[in-house]
Parts: sequence; C-alpha cells; structure tokens
Amino acid sequence: MSGAELDRRKVVGALLERRGALLVVAGLGSAAWDCTAAGDHPLTFPLWGAMGSACMIGLGLALAQSERRVLVVTGDGEMLMGLGSLATIGAQRPGNLAVVVLDNERYGETGMQKTHTGYGTDLAAVAGACGFADACIIRRNTEIAAVRSGVYRGRGPLFFQVKVKRDTLPLVLPPRDGAHLKHRFREALLGKGAAAQ
Amino acid sequence: MPGKTSKTHPVEAIDWPAAIHSALKSQGVRQVSYVPDAGHKRLIELCHADKNLAVVPLTTEEEGIALAAGAWLGGERAALLMQSSGVGNCVNALTLASNCGFPLLIIVTMRGEWGEFNPWQIPMGQATPDTLRLAGVRTLRLESAGDALATVTAAATLAFGGYGAVAVLIAQRMIGAKSFGNKP
Repeated sequence: MSGAELDRRKVVGALLERRGALLVVAGLGSAAWDCTAAGDHPLTFPLWGAMGSACMIGLGLALAQSERRVLVVTGDGEMLMGLGSLATIGAQRPGNLAVVVLDNERYGETGMQKTHTGYGTDLAAVAGACGFADACIIRRNTEIAAVRSGVYRGRGPLFFQVKVKRDTLPLVLPPRDGAHLKHRFREALLGKGAAAQ
Repeated sequence: MPGKTSKTHPVEAIDWPAAIHSALKSQGVRQVSYVPDAGHKRLIELCHADKNLAVVPLTTEEEGIALAAGAWLGGERAALLMQSSGVGNCVNALTLASNCGFPLLIIVTMRGEWGEFNPWQIPMGQATPDTLRLAGVRTLRLESAGDALATVTAAATLAFGGYGAVAVLIAQRMIGAKSFGNKP
C-alpha cells in the first residue's frame, strides 16, 4: 500500500490556487497545515479539534450556500472518525460539495501510527457505496487536474481519496482562536453585517 | 391530532410537536437534523413535510453539532433533535460550540428518568443534564405540553441571540414512558 508519489502540499496548492469563491473546511492536523501552507484565507475554516467533524461542517455549509462550491480537505484518520458522515452526505446528495482526503495511511500528529486505510480500508469505495456521485482513488499527478475540475465544476457530492507520501513537513499553522476563525469566515462570506445577525 | 384521549374523560390534546415546529420556524431555523426517537416522531414528520426546511437524518448525534456549525458559517440557523442517550455521543464535538461560539439549539427527548423500564437507558438519561452542563450547554426543562412553544422560543433566543449552545430537555413524563407492553 506504500509507494505513493504525490506530495500533499503540492496537491492542496494546486486545488487552492486561484480559488475564487470556493469555501473550504480543513480537517484537523496535517490537512489544516496543508491548507494554510497554500495561503491562510478567511474562507477556509481550519479545525484544531472536534475530530471527525470536517465533512459534516462542509455539509451544513453546502446546504446553507447552495450557490457556492464547498470543499472539505481532511486526512484519512479524521475521515475515519466521521465515517458515518459519508452516509449522511450520501442521503442529502449536495451537488456543490467535494471531499478530498489526503491519505498517507498514518496518524501524522501522534507518531505516524497506521490508520485503517493502511490496513486496507478503501474510503472511496465506502463513499461510493454511500451514494456519492463519484468517488475515486487518486495516485498520479496527471489526475490532479481532474480533481480540480471536479472540485470547482463537478456535480457532487464528490469524493477523492488522494494517496500521498508519508512526509513529515514543516508546520504551517492557521490561527487557532475558534471565535476569530468563525467571525472572519462569516464576514468574508456574508458581509460586515454578519456580526450583527 | 395526537394526544391522550380517554373514552370517559377526554383530555385536551396539545399538539406540542406542532408547537415546537412553529417555534423553530418563527426563529428562522432552516436546517433540522436528527437521530430519531419515538418522542420526536411527529416533529420529524412535520419537518420532513416542510419544504422550507433542509432535513438531515444523522447516523450519530455528534454529526448534528458539526452540521449546525457549518450552517452558521453559511448564514443559516440549525436545530438538532435527539434522545438523551445521544447526548453522550456529542461531548467532544461540543468543543465546536464552546470554543467558537457557534449557536446551537438541541431538543432532547428524555429517557431514563420517569417510569423508565429499560435499565440500559437509565445511566445516560440520569447523566444527561450534568453532561450537557460540563460540555458548556445551557439547559431548559420542558415539563408541560402547553409550554412547548414558549420554551423552545426562549431556548432559540438564548442560542441564536446569545451565541451559545442550548438544549431543551423534554421530560419523559410529558412524552409518556415507553413500555413495550411490559406491564407489571
């Protein structure tokens, strides 16, 4: 299951450059650092806790903002903790939601212990069985353009399990004050008046 | 119209699930998520019949905490329906509400308190108020069907006006204890 060639920071960088109106939820740990490395942005909501929540935050956001594209970027460990959310998303079928799981088959923040994907769990097969419009495993650089196209224009819900190298990369940390992250996201999306709602 | 009736003593039926639905609507709730409970049966049906609500069945209750956070990020209000046994599933996810100040409105049907016959429901039911308090959720009790509209409206104001997590605990006595025909 090893031998992945994709660099997680390059994958996320390619997905988030020229991001336009894209709304992003970043799962805790390396996925949040990857999104921050691509550029801290008010319309990225990075998590520092509440493990397993990323996809459901994305669903709530996608239902509330049906005209905007919503991308959840998370890791395999975070996704595994919220596996049921794939069934919940599959039942709703939001056309504007995409989930990208950066799968290094390891818990990167806690000592690189194997996750269940390292033992063979096929997350894309789970998402497909839950009713995602498309769900696939991505292994090559040449496939990233298609992932980007899906994120920005594809009919969702879409699920991309991107097999990435097991690098331990320099930390690039987003702000960690949750109230600040919430306020800046709402102000950037809903305008100055959001604070008075 | 549901409610208790008796051949000899008609009891005025208060449609408290309709009152809760009405309170959610008047408070601008747009997303309702749930893990089913028998006590929430009619409210869930009312929500599904309401074309102006996004209704989200969950696989586990903590999904609803995150859904509500995402809804608020996107400018919408959400409510979460569950049974008291689901409260324990939510504890770490409630970090979202307490840490970020996300408004959160939870409506809990209580088990394990009034005439409970199932011992497996009692530990979590008894621990529900303290579990919510320790996780930073304010609680309001709903003991009487006639108070449903006022209590849920007050809870919604506390949640969305006060930017906090609020749970309404609907007394098992008010719902009626489940028996499965297990009469002594």
